[in-house]
Amino acid sequence: MKKSNCLSVFLVIMLIFLFGITSSYGLSDVFKDNIYNPKNLKPTDSVLKVKTGDRAPDFTLSAVSGGEISLSSYIGKKNVVISFVPAAWTPVCSDQWPGYGIVKSIFDKNNAILLGITVDNIPTLFAWTNQMGELWFPVLSDFWPHGRVADSYGVLRSDGITERAIFVIDKKGIIRYIGVGDINKRPRLESIVRELEKLNK
Amino acid sequence: MKKTLIHFIVIAVCVFVFSPPVIADQSPPREGAILPEINLATPVKDSDRSYLGLPVSDLFKIPQINARVVLIEIFSMYCPHCQADAHTVNKLYNIIEDNPKLKDKVKLIGIGAGNSSYEVEVFAKTYDVPFPLFSDMDFSIHKILGEVRTPYFMGIKINNDGTHRVFYSKLGGVNNADKFLDMMLRLSGLK
Repeated sequence: MKKSNCLSVFLVIMLIFLFGITSSYGLSDVFKDNIYNPKNLKPTDSVLKVKTGDRAPDFTLSAVSGGEISLSSYIGKKNVVISFVPAAWTPVCSDQWPGYGIVKSIFDKNNAILLGITVDNIPTLFAWTNQMGELWFPVLSDFWPHGRVADSYGVLRSDGITERAIFVIDKKGIIRYIGVGDINKRPRLESIVRELEKLNK
Repeated sequence: MKKTLIHFIVIAVCVFVFSPPVIADQSPPREGAILPEINLATPVKDSDRSYLGLPVSDLFKIPQINARVVLIEIFSMYCPHCQADAHTVNKLYNIIEDNPKLKDKVKLIGIGAGNSSYEVEVFAKTYDVPFPLFSDMDFSIHKILGEVRTPYFMGIKINNDGTHRVFYSKLGGVNNADKFLDMMLRLSGLK
């Protein structure tokens, strides 16, 4: 590349930086100054190991509320939405599950349960989710062996956190929807609801 | 070098011309200042348009609302404090609407930072919100307003000549509807 072109590219990058073209997130004041901002991350950083139509890999994980929860316990009973979020105490994640906390009726209407999973340990998840008010859905820890469940679905990133991913699994245990979005952005609630409603058609 | 400089100038002009005004102001509106220019979609519902005194159009600016004082809540359906404060904000609206001396002078709106129309609607239905809520799905308004945390309240006083000023701009919810309204009336000069 010519020297002048290199300089042009540099200047463009500087302009973009100066004008603050970054991704945005809202942040509830409930978390005060306790949120660590990792800034913009690579949108995705893993390779899926499952596809729609596959049987969802079963798992048993510890829940923040106590005890263990197995995916297989919902077979024949409920549709399951798994929400992997990258890490506790980070900006977008902290403004995701609290919204799901007010839409239990939508999940009930679609005979579905939501399972929230991160690779954080139970004490961390306990402290973090306590700020969110009362969550009606189980929050599960995929801490040890670290990220084993996330890895079985192919959403464990190279730095040990997970993608921001949604899996919709029907009552037969079959994956009907996979959404692995940009880790820096919250998935739209309506996209999850739309997939749930498809299960009833 | 001369060619590079020309490249730079052309790119700089393009960035200035094509950049939305959202990136011009990154700090929250100051009390005493004017509100940054924000375009909101005119409500589709007749009752909302009537409440705000707006004609049928695509977009409107907040100072065009037919009122002396407009209270603006920046909220999110994903924000636990906004959820917890929702009934108190509704109470604030009801106190204003039940007071014949205030109902035409003070109006209340909410802007859902990063919330799609669907998500705003979920919040409105969940908490029976009686006043107009607007979607700011791409955070563009949130950016103009300095990327404030939620809930965040602003009050603007609209003068007879159409000018306006911000008289309140603070992080936090209503918490107590009577006290909050009293404070808004005093700070705006309506009381």
